Amino acid sequence: MLLTYLPILIMIGVASAMAIGALVMSFIFQPRNPYASKNSPWECGMEPVGDANEGHVRIHFFIIAMLFVIFDVETLFLFPWAVLLTEKSLSTFIFVEMIIFIVVLAIGLVYAWVKGALEWV
Amino acid sequence: MMIPDISTVLEVVLIAVKVVVVTMILFGLPLPLTWLERKVAGHIQVRLGPWRVGPHGLLQPFADMIKLLMKEDIVPDRADKFLFTIAPLLAMVPAFAVFVAIPFGENIMLPVINKEVSLYIADMNVGILYILAISGLGIYGIILGGWASNSKYSLIGGLRSSAQMISYEISISFAAIGVVMLSNSLSLVEIVKSQGGSLLHWNFFYLPVGPVWCAIFIIGSLAEINRIPFDLPEDEGTLGAGFHTEYSGMKFALFMLAEYVAMVSVSVLTVILFFGGWNSPLPVPLPIPPIFWFVAKVVFFIYFFMWVRFTLPRYRYDQLMTIGWKILIPVSLVTILITGFMRI
Repeated sequence: MLLTYLPILIMIGVASAMAIGALVMSFIFQPRNPYASKNSPWECGMEPVGDANEGHVRIHFFIIAMLFVIFDVETLFLFPWAVLLTEKSLSTFIFVEMIIFIVVLAIGLVYAWVKGALEWV
Repeated sequence: MMIPDISTVLEVVLIAVKVVVVTMILFGLPLPLTWLERKVAGHIQVRLGPWRVGPHGLLQPFADMIKLLMKEDIVPDRADKFLFTIAPLLAMVPAFAVFVAIPFGENIMLPVINKEVSLYIADMNVGILYILAISGLGIYGIILGGWASNSKYSLIGGLRSSAQMISYEISISFAAIGVVMLSNSLSLVEIVKSQGGSLLHWNFFYLPVGPVWCAIFIIGSLAEINRIPFDLPEDEGTLGAGFHTEYSGMKFALFMLAEYVAMVSVSVLTVILFFGGWNSPLPVPLPIPPIFWFVAKVVFFIYFFMWVRFTLPRYRYDQLMTIGWKILIPVSLVTILITGFMRI
């Protein structure tokens, strides 16, 4: 059990170490010549106006994120179902059950569609 | 206190060696891939591509690497310094961590120490779920990089990128479920083994649903790795360079590295899920090692992604969302029911 998941930790460690090593190398070799207009955010060469991080974000991104949460949880329910699908004693029962589940979700998708949550104007 | 026995220690050492080898290969892979991409671009557009540095421009990637290493690393004044530094790492490490679960071939005998070694780092029984989960973590690097730069182009690029990736992740998950339904396992090793025999056992040739799943997976993956025709986050016509507008030097290189590694992992996954992994396409035994078939198929798909990049124009953002939510998801829902009906 542990031996199956230990490699993930080792991989994250090795990859981060190599990336940090590359950053350190560039820290040693790079020239440093900062001045005010170089360090200002790029805005087509004009003086930057205001702060970008004040939170002027389109609300639509948030709607997409919520729809994603719903559908991603749905796919999680489908994974164990997909593994067990060919089990003879269960298959017909769980298949009918999944039809109902998918139809309910499809109604949800149609509702979001009709309400215009998927329109991007 | 429990003392681990010698075989466990050996096992851990072996895993560490494998991890280091895979990481080294992945770190070196962008060198030939950038050269190949520019050559493919050149020849598709009836140019020569890189030519000056070395024979056929072969030394060009090394020149690029030295250049990126010696570039000044600009951190904008108003940026969040800590997040700005850590974002490239957050984008890169998950792209690498995907390869823990990837099987490259079956067991082989090492000639010198006479030990049987498996050509995968870990055979997880939830492999495909792990890959979907960990590759989704790459979004954090991109959205944090876009936010921490405190530039309008970066912010919009980061937001677009995250909205695009989560939209298409749903279709990718559905395609993965389709494969799980055909193979009845979440483990990638089992999925490859279930496609053994010949060409006709590959999931792609499970008619009529195999090609549909494969198409959904490839379209979703193109969006997931931000490549043309779905490279809206880096849409240079409207957004400068998207989420990495403010990045330069090595941090920019790490974002690029993450992108290339993600492209390799998507090619590898396409091969494993739909094209039989290391299985030979012919039913007769041939004196060719399985790893050859695996690498050949992966190289073909890497070429395929480059080919797509220089053939198709870019979609608009609303078209991108329409394809993701109004075409791919309904098609996946219907295909799941058809596949289920065929399998029971």
